[in-house]
Amino acid sequence: MTDAGLAIDVEGITKRYGSHTVVNRVGLQVRRGEIYGFLGPNGSGKTTFLRMLCGLLTPDAGSGRCLGYDLLREAGRIKSRVGYMTQKFSHYEDLSIEENLDFIARVYGVADRPAVVRRCLEQLGLTDRRKQLAGELSGGWKQRLALAASLLHNPELLLLDEPTAGVDPKARRDFWEEVHRLAAGGITVLLTTHYMDEAERCHRLAYLAYGDLLASGTPAELVRTSGLRTWRVEGTGAAALVSRLRQLPGANQVVPFGNVLHVSGTDAARLEASLTGLNLAGLHVAPAETGLEDVFIHLMERSRDNFGGKERAS
Amino acid sequence: MTSPFSLSRFWAMVLKEFVQMRRDRLTFGMMVGIPLLQLILFGFAINSDPKHLPAAVVNADPGPFSRNLVSGLQNSGYFDIRGGGGTPAQVRRLLDLGQVQFVLSIPSDFSSRLLRGERPEVLLEADATDPAATGNAIAALQQLAEIAVARDLTGPLSRLRRDEPPFELRIHRCYNPEAVTQYNIVPGLMGVVLTMTLVIITALAITRERERGTMENLLATPLRPAEVMLGKIVPYILVGYVQISLILVAARYLFDVPLLGSLMLLYAVSLVFIAANLAVGLTFSTLARNQLQAVQMAFFFFLPSILLSGFMFPFRGMPGWAQGVGEVLPLTHFLRLVRGILLKGNGPAECLPHLWPITLFLAVMLAVGLKRYRKTLD
Ligand SMILES: Nc1ncnc2c1ncn2[C@@H]1O[C@H](COP(=O)(O)OP(=O)(O)O)[C@@H](O)[C@H]1O
Ligand SMILES: [Mg+2]
Repeated sequence: MTDAGLAIDVEGITKRYGSHTVVNRVGLQVRRGEIYGFLGPNGSGKTTFLRMLCGLLTPDAGSGRCLGYDLLREAGRIKSRVGYMTQKFSHYEDLSIEENLDFIARVYGVADRPAVVRRCLEQLGLTDRRKQLAGELSGGWKQRLALAASLLHNPELLLLDEPTAGVDPKARRDFWEEVHRLAAGGITVLLTTHYMDEAERCHRLAYLAYGDLLASGTPAELVRTSGLRTWRVEGTGAAALVSRLRQLPGANQVVPFGNVLHVSGTDAARLEASLTGLNLAGLHVAPAETGLEDVFIHLMERSRDNFGGKERAS
Repeated sequence: MTSPFSLSRFWAMVLKEFVQMRRDRLTFGMMVGIPLLQLILFGFAINSDPKHLPAAVVNADPGPFSRNLVSGLQNSGYFDIRGGGGTPAQVRRLLDLGQVQFVLSIPSDFSSRLLRGERPEVLLEADATDPAATGNAIAALQQLAEIAVARDLTGPLSRLRRDEPPFELRIHRCYNPEAVTQYNIVPGLMGVVLTMTLVIITALAITRERERGTMENLLATPLRPAEVMLGKIVPYILVGYVQISLILVAARYLFDVPLLGSLMLLYAVSLVFIAANLAVGLTFSTLARNQLQAVQMAFFFFLPSILLSGFMFPFRGMPGWAQGVGEVLPLTHFLRLVRGILLKGNGPAECLPHLWPITLFLAVMLAVGLKRYRKTLD
């Protein structure tokens, strides 16, 4: 019935809080061994969706399978095969690093527990600090501890909620190396992020805004299906042109990147005509690759138009 | 695959709770400190030998025997005789105002009737609102007064020394004729301390996990509700036993409370009572939104427990509805159990009628708690 190659296969997942639909009929297919990125503005329902996948929240509607088990009826089996790293650090701050790992290992019934915990501490480079209370760790170290803890029981699926928020670039690079190594080993990773460079490191992406899944696919597919064409406007004084460029016929959005402006539009011919008609001295206008960031900003703007339609009309 | 109850997961929970308990100095201090503090505070009320109790004397007798009686009382150290002048009504007013605890009235013909061998009456009015304090002074008075007077009956008067005292001491226990003995208090304290500390501690147990955000992690693991609940109960059962032992030692060596029955039996029945309190706390913990609410709920449970269980007021003196509420509370039955075992030397057979109501309460509370324990964050 279900594709054995899919780690996650859900349809129509919905969650409401009162009259507020936080996740609206979201369907998602994630292949085994894939790194899947979840993007979207704050409050768009990413955390809520992850929580429903690992049985922390019950969906109000929808169904599906996670690792081959029924999402609604086999939450217990799913839990023991999923590693979940929460957005906010949720290990015990009054337990030491080692005690936290030991607790998790016991709870998951990890075989050969002392050795597993010891190895985990070694890999983290925390063997010397293992007696330190988890609450005393810096944000980056907490993140690493949480990731290590979610891996202790050799899960088949990793759900990581903003695993790199507030982490320095070096730690972020280490983290991504680890994620790719895990995926190469067959583990499926579903993570949420706000960083574009991280989005580009994912095999596939989904974009969620205000509960709706707006787009999904590989980074290249997302760029292609967005229908956006982009020009870069470069030169001194470019930044001052933002509002003027936004008025151009055919320009859907103008995004500044330092001294460079990305002007994108879905009607390529019209936008190109407007841009060439500008004829600004000292500015260089050239076609550019549409980036993921342009696509996501476009998606967000569009959904805001729909979402806040009433506000605009008034 | 995922068994409904796994001993190793449960044990992981127990170990974790122990470590956290050890780290939480404040709570740990509370668990040992509250029994000690209460014992010391209540210790004054159950002081078996309070001295220098304020007393007033209305002495209408000019004779030597009454004077000797009064100075004998004074010298005993039990009574601090103050005032004395004034009409009987004025002196009696001192008792009303609580300025003296005793009023001793000696009739004008005391000495003369004593000499005639007529056994005159001496009236002692005692403020018995605090029977624990007055009871022993009264007992002491009876003996002391007889000795003080008998000492004077020498020579030709020695014929007046008979087996029965030469005068009659009449005692009026005012305000609280049903004297509760001190022994009620220490065993009662055991139940009160357990109720107070254990309910609050466990009421915080799950709310704290939720407030600190660790609940999200806990729920994502294969831990089952029963494993979490029991894992949180078991460490505190040990705490309860430490508290019981503290109080027993104090009862025996500080306050000379007789320990007639089997301590083994006491420890055994306490298990059910401790577990019942912990289950109440855990249930509150699943209902409360935050730690403050949890503490408030614990307090609302504590109040009727202390007021309607027979700890504060004699159970039989309460109106029917209050007795009805009291019968539901574990503390009520535990007080009967402890008093029965310690003071009357009751055995298992006598304990059973009070044990099953606590067991029933425990079962219901656990069921409610388990039902209310949310397996999800919804
Ligand atoms: N327990 C809850 N009760 C009511 N609203 C909630 C609750 N949890 C989340 N929400 C709302 O759901 C929306 C989505 O939240 P979340 O899933 O955390 O978004 P994201 O992780 O994408 O930032 C937010 O508007 C948030 O306010
Ligand atoms: Mg989130």
